[in-house]
Amino acid sequence: MIKIVKRDQPSRAIFFFTPVLAIFLTLVSGGLIFFILGFKPFEALKFFFIIPIADKYGFSELLLKATPLCLIAIGLSFCFKSNNWNIGAEGQLTFGAIVSGGVALLFYEQEGFYILPIVILAGAIGGMLYASIPAILKTYFNTNEILVSLMLVYVSKLILDYLVVGPWSNPEGFNFPETRQFSDSAKLPLLFEGLRIHAGIFLALAAVIVSWFVFYKTYLGFQMKVSGFSLKTAKYAGYKGKKMIILVFLISGACAGLAGVGEITGPIGQLHREISPDYGFTAIIVAFLGRLHPVGIIFASLVVAITYLGAETAQIFMQIPKYTGQVFQGMILFFLLASDYLLFFKIKFIGSKK
Amino acid sequence: MHKFFIRSFVSSLVLLFTFTVAAIAKDVKAAFVYIGPTGDHGWTYQHDVGRKAVEAAGFKTTYVEGVPESADAERVLRQLANSGHDVIFTTSFGYMNPTNKVAKEFPNVKFEHATGYKREHPNVSTYAARFYEGRTILGTIAGTMTKSNIIGYVASFPIPEVIRGINSFTLAAQKVNPNIKTKIVWAFTWYDPGKEAEAAKALIDQGADVIAQHTDSTAIVQMAEKAGVYAFGQASDMDKFAPKAVLTSVENNWGPYYVDRVKAVANGTWSQKDTWHGIGDGMVVISDLDSQMPADLRSKVKKLQADLASGKVHSFTGPIYDQKGNLMVAEGKTADDGMLAGMMTYVKGVEGDIPK
Repeated sequence: MIKIVKRDQPSRAIFFFTPVLAIFLTLVSGGLIFFILGFKPFEALKFFFIIPIADKYGFSELLLKATPLCLIAIGLSFCFKSNNWNIGAEGQLTFGAIVSGGVALLFYEQEGFYILPIVILAGAIGGMLYASIPAILKTYFNTNEILVSLMLVYVSKLILDYLVVGPWSNPEGFNFPETRQFSDSAKLPLLFEGLRIHAGIFLALAAVIVSWFVFYKTYLGFQMKVSGFSLKTAKYAGYKGKKMIILVFLISGACAGLAGVGEITGPIGQLHREISPDYGFTAIIVAFLGRLHPVGIIFASLVVAITYLGAETAQIFMQIPKYTGQVFQGMILFFLLASDYLLFFKIKFIGSKK
Repeated sequence: MHKFFIRSFVSSLVLLFTFTVAAIAKDVKAAFVYIGPTGDHGWTYQHDVGRKAVEAAGFKTTYVEGVPESADAERVLRQLANSGHDVIFTTSFGYMNPTNKVAKEFPNVKFEHATGYKREHPNVSTYAARFYEGRTILGTIAGTMTKSNIIGYVASFPIPEVIRGINSFTLAAQKVNPNIKTKIVWAFTWYDPGKEAEAAKALIDQGADVIAQHTDSTAIVQMAEKAGVYAFGQASDMDKFAPKAVLTSVENNWGPYYVDRVKAVANGTWSQKDTWHGIGDGMVVISDLDSQMPADLRSKVKKLQADLASGKVHSFTGPIYDQKGNLMVAEGKTADDGMLAGMMTYVKGVEGDIPK
């Protein structure tokens, strides 16, 4: 007989084990789906998860893809740890890209070492400004930050649409919805000749280190943790809740804004309507898969990044529909949430006694 | 005896040559990059029909669907160029810069970019269709069939391609019915069934009883079917989605061009080109005409179609005036390709301003 028993305390071992379990279950179900679709499951999984990163170029593309995911997820972990549900990282990314892209366009055809830092800073500020809207509305008007931040995503995309179609569109571009190409001084330097991986990866690594320090070595990190467990406790302890809410949103917005900067001043090199394939939303999966832990988020961003690359490879070489990549991302989150059940409950096998 | 040897030697040479050519031809692999899913029944669907024609001609093909115009496009292109594809068709405007960037790195791979204007390297060609010729036909039908004299038009982005379509449509409609007005709603999307349906509804609410579209989903014809007004299919024959509303469709027929270009790669005769084909070359195809249209209109349309194909009729024949009444094309003249490619003003009879 099987009996389900509530745990006295969430199990620490299982806390870090469930993401691995979720990935394993995703692979098994993925293989099963491939099998049902009529593909050889092991071959398909190989094309999905191994072939794309088997060479130097593939690995560099993995890092390129993981960079924005990691950066945004680190920012989100500040919010999520302290019970602030910022769902609008995609909007903060977009707005950050708008502000930094605008600055980059101001420096069109100009050279100078000072341009890139200004462009990067502008992106961070843009993301912070945009994240401050749900934060201020939450602290002073008690609105729901989930709805506000989510809806602002669509607003930011409309602003971007307006700018690239209208005032910022390339004057030599026949009115097509895109801006001019940024000058080289406004672009992040490439790390290796012939690869697309750029200096933005250092921004992500810096975010990882800073967040680890803040989470585990500072009073603010402790406050965030307590607020995350129980808002009432935090209030009794006399923490200044409003200040913290605004702070975590600003950090989160800055990270998302920087991710946007990395895309437009890295591989894209201009502003147009599709600067992000929904990194801001996918990063939510990354944050949870990484257990809101900086190191966990690094691994999670790599795992999720590979689902993007693998989907392309699988379609090119095996004609598997590319949208299976999104199915994989969905399955990872689904299995993670489902196996979190084991955090709070344990399954006991009881031998039947007569 | 001697002759026989020479003959057999020559014929075996010819045979050998044929075999080699056949072997080379079979080895050529073509790749297609799509912006949407192959099942969108519009833009991407029609490109995939073209890809299947290439397969039917005996070549191997690969495609990748749903490739965003973000940083991902470049990786997909590089991967295709790296994995033994000889010619790559990139079928959305947003792939223009990635196509040229990757083409520079792979001078031996041919790139064919749809609807763009940049050919920065000798291995990049561009191609597009003269859809405006199809819109001349739609305008003729709309001008005849409308009772309210208000024609709705759902547009995507204010680029020359779309403005040209609106103008061509309006000019043709005015020719058969001088009182018509074309009302435009800008959807600012190529494919978004929700937004497109809303735009169609807004136009129907303003009294439009014929709706034309320059977006790719079937939502508009379905909305027209519900409201009991007429509409036209875009990109593929959309009759089955709205049998009562759809009078005809303008189909994009890429197959012949794709087969041509892949064969050129196989024969080693491929060279850089900027192709702009219309009804005459079969890149733009008019679907079956609905039986709700009066017989004389149907025969008129058939004749117009033949005249557009032969070049006897040009969609932009003067006199053409802009909204303010300034002469754009003088009487007896036709607009040249340069003017068509940069067309950014409405003709008289179109309502509203081009969004800036």
